[in-house]
Amino acid sequence: MNLVGVGHYLVVSAILLVLGIFGIFLNRKNVIIILMSIELILLAVNLNLVAFSAEHGDMAGQILAMLVLTVAAAEAAIGLAIVTIYFRNRGSIQVEDVNLMKG
Amino acid sequence: MNWTLVLPELVLACVAMATMIFGVLRKGQDNTLLATMFALGGFLLAGVLVLNRGNGVGFSGQFLADPFSAFNQILILSGAALASILALDWNRAQGIARFEFPVLMMFSTVGMMVMASAGNLMTLYLGLELQSLALYVLAAFARDDVRSSEAGLKYFVLSSLASGLLLYGTSLVYGFSGTMDLNALRTLLMQPNAVSPGLVVGIVFVLVGLAFKVSAVPFHMWTPDVYEGAPTPVTVFFATAPKVAAMSLLLRVMGTSFAPVVGAWQSLVVIVSIASMLLGAFAAIGQSNIKRLMAYSSIGHMGYALIGLATGNAAGVRGTLVYMVIYVFMTAGTFGCILAMRRKGRPVEQISDLSGLASNDPILALALAVFMFSLAGIPLMAGFFAKLYIFFAAVQGGLWTLAVIGVLTSVVGAYYYIRVIKVMYFDTAAEPFDQRPAGLSFVVAATGLFTAFFFIFPAPIVGAAQAAASVLFR
Repeated sequence: MNLVGVGHYLVVSAILLVLGIFGIFLNRKNVIIILMSIELILLAVNLNLVAFSAEHGDMAGQILAMLVLTVAAAEAAIGLAIVTIYFRNRGSIQVEDVNLMKG
Repeated sequence: MNWTLVLPELVLACVAMATMIFGVLRKGQDNTLLATMFALGGFLLAGVLVLNRGNGVGFSGQFLADPFSAFNQILILSGAALASILALDWNRAQGIARFEFPVLMMFSTVGMMVMASAGNLMTLYLGLELQSLALYVLAAFARDDVRSSEAGLKYFVLSSLASGLLLYGTSLVYGFSGTMDLNALRTLLMQPNAVSPGLVVGIVFVLVGLAFKVSAVPFHMWTPDVYEGAPTPVTVFFATAPKVAAMSLLLRVMGTSFAPVVGAWQSLVVIVSIASMLLGAFAAIGQSNIKRLMAYSSIGHMGYALIGLATGNAAGVRGTLVYMVIYVFMTAGTFGCILAMRRKGRPVEQISDLSGLASNDPILALALAVFMFSLAGIPLMAGFFAKLYIFFAAVQGGLWTLAVIGVLTSVVGAYYYIRVIKVMYFDTAAEPFDQRPAGLSFVVAATGLFTAFFFIFPAPIVGAAQAAASVLFR
């Protein structure tokens, strides 16, 4: 019976990070999925911070985790607002349609 | 002590909030002029307060007030002030004049000032996000224009990815060292056995996140699209103040905390710098849109500025700081000339639209020629001295490859800068541009004089950069 150590948390958060990055770059469908992937990356960071904070017995990591939660909420709000005005102008939020400027 | 150190930031934040309340209370009237005046007053007041602020460490090491932060904050404030003067008339002419524009600019400037004096990875993230959140909205400010909203969307996605990577790096650095304080990290890393692979991975993530923000290759993908799509005054802002803030973070984090492990990141910075210089020189050749040209030009310039960081000593940092000063003024001036490119009330952005400018508007053509010569690094212009300090530092630091590639790419870059001058002076005249607004002429004249006559008075700026650089790589 192994105890769950900081290494396990690190692996889970690394998987979440990779999922988030792949979600941004491999996703060809919908911009909302990109917003979800960004949240996933921030979630990976929070998991890391809280795990390390418990490991070190230091509160700084948890304080930063709270800060990241707040910023993630603000970022999601602004992101959704930008997606809304983009949809109003373009009539679509498909990722392959975000291509007016190239070169 | 704490509160007097953050006074400039507090004052600017309060002015921004007061302007916002003022704009909301006076609904239905034209508040743009007043709001811009408040913003300029706020920038000026904050600048005076920065100059009169003593040095010190506030909030248990979270906030550093030293010559380095003061230098960068003054530069950030000047970039923001120039951009808000340029924005006023242009936004009116485009019908997107709203009082929120200067308010957002002030908020993002507060964020950048916090970035410049961050003494802890937490403060760094706080400042970075305050800056970015306001910039996302600014990029999409022309909300009925599909290109502006696309620019906003692209900037939002890639910049928040960069913030995420930076934050992941922060968490690893914290986890493998146990502290987020920049000075404590430095002390810790002095001991060779404190460096673990996890920590190095964290440093690389932090470097990647910050390289995104200064748009260095290979993290530059957003730059040309955002520069082209965003309203031009926003592009002016993007090209000046945030670059300074991100570069100051890069210098501060690498030059303070991670200076003892310079071997772990130096080769990465060298590669990023070479790639940026090469891309900036070659990708700009085929561009016909002048805003895109300037985007690639700024990527190239960031490559030159990074040479100073790659040297890993105070002389290199001094070179980078001088480079940033000259870069901000010549870029703001060039964009001032681009903002003057309007025909029949509509902005034009092609390089061919400049044809024959010398006969229609000789003064504007002369100013743009000065900026182009300076961007290309032709002697006696400010841009030449910027490159000179950087290349000297590189040679002294033994980085011959960087200096040689830098000189070669400047030669390639000169081709497309001088092409603009050729179009202005030797092509047949097109229709003249509309009357220039007074604010624009003022900005172009001020930055043009600075760029052309920098060689007469380099001492104060170089001296201030020297004092600022001595804080790092002690």
